[in-house]
Amino acid sequence: MSKIEQSVIQSRAIQRARIGLSLVLLATLGVSAAAHAVPIDASQSTVTATGKQLGVPVVGKFKKISGDVNFNPAQLASSYAKMQIEVGSYDMGMADYNKNVLGADWFDAGKYPKATFNSTTIAPLGGGAYQVTGNFSLKGKMQGVSFPVTPKVVGANQVFDGVLTIKRNAFGVGSGDWADTSVVADEVAIKFHIVVPTHK
Amino acid sequence: MSNPYRYTRTAIGLHWIIAFLVIAAFGLGLVMTSMPGFTPTKLKYFSWHKWLGVTVFIFAVLRVLWRMTHAAPPLIATIPRLQQIVAQAVHVLLYLLIFAAPLSGYFYSLAAGFPVVYLGMFPLPVLIDPNPALAQTLEEVHQVLVYTMAGLVGLHVLGALKHHIIDRDGTLARMLPFLER
Repeated sequence: MSKIEQSVIQSRAIQRARIGLSLVLLATLGVSAAAHAVPIDASQSTVTATGKQLGVPVVGKFKKISGDVNFNPAQLASSYAKMQIEVGSYDMGMADYNKNVLGADWFDAGKYPKATFNSTTIAPLGGGAYQVTGNFSLKGKMQGVSFPVTPKVVGANQVFDGVLTIKRNAFGVGSGDWADTSVVADEVAIKFHIVVPTHK
Repeated sequence: MSNPYRYTRTAIGLHWIIAFLVIAAFGLGLVMTSMPGFTPTKLKYFSWHKWLGVTVFIFAVLRVLWRMTHAAPPLIATIPRLQQIVAQAVHVLLYLLIFAAPLSGYFYSLAAGFPVVYLGMFPLPVLIDPNPALAQTLEEVHQVLVYTMAGLVGLHVLGALKHHIIDRDGTLARMLPFLER
């Protein structure tokens, strides 16, 4: 082999080593970015859904929720939020109402036990607020949603508060006779208070 | 100057408005509580029933304010004393019930966790927190009060008819002036 060929082979090897090393570094960074995603503190977090029947607000709380949040205002591109809600855990404080809302006309919780939210982008709104965009799934249907969130740091936790308003008819929640929005309004406000322990 | 032997037109108007509201609310109450299941129509009836109840309360306030400032005519003198006492007692109880019945219904709704939004537009004050045990009690109180009121209304109507048809003493014409001869 000529000296030139040898040096070309060598420099290519170095190039590959460099690429390999960069990939390893990127992977490490990727892993450490993923390591900042922290499961939410479900015991301190709340998600409620409020509907209106002939003007009267009716509130219920989802007692079983889970999720992961990775929020870094300096790295919004890699920040995200994933939430899962056990639909069957919805509690309006009234036994017969709860039973009805889990039925086929409403949540159909037996067939569609989970509602989920997965964020796609988080953008700053100024004034400490952020616009979160993502996909919300309920009763087998998915819709793109976008809503403002205000993060705060409280002690050792990040706390996220906001409201996501959905139209229940888009998900078939309250179907058949119940689709009539003059009795139960289409808009439902999903209010959340998510507490995430900060990862050190 | 108004005639002290007659009810004013306002008093008559208020009497009949409240009478129709009470009858409508009671009728709707009977229908809605006999509906099975959980349907939008049932929900509508419950809301309309509450709106009627709030309206009864509003007119009850107006009725009492008017009566305090405009004396009712004295009972017809030919009516025996005992009948006068019974009539007054029924009237007093009805006055009390047009406040107590709607109030019991209102607090029942709050205790059950349903604030009242009058006509679907005006949220009324939430004076107590949801309380399932209290809701059960108030449900019974409301039922007792409205069935008592129904009974008294029945007595009241029968009494008016008795005085008009049997005694022919002009009592009913005081609330139905077109009956005057």
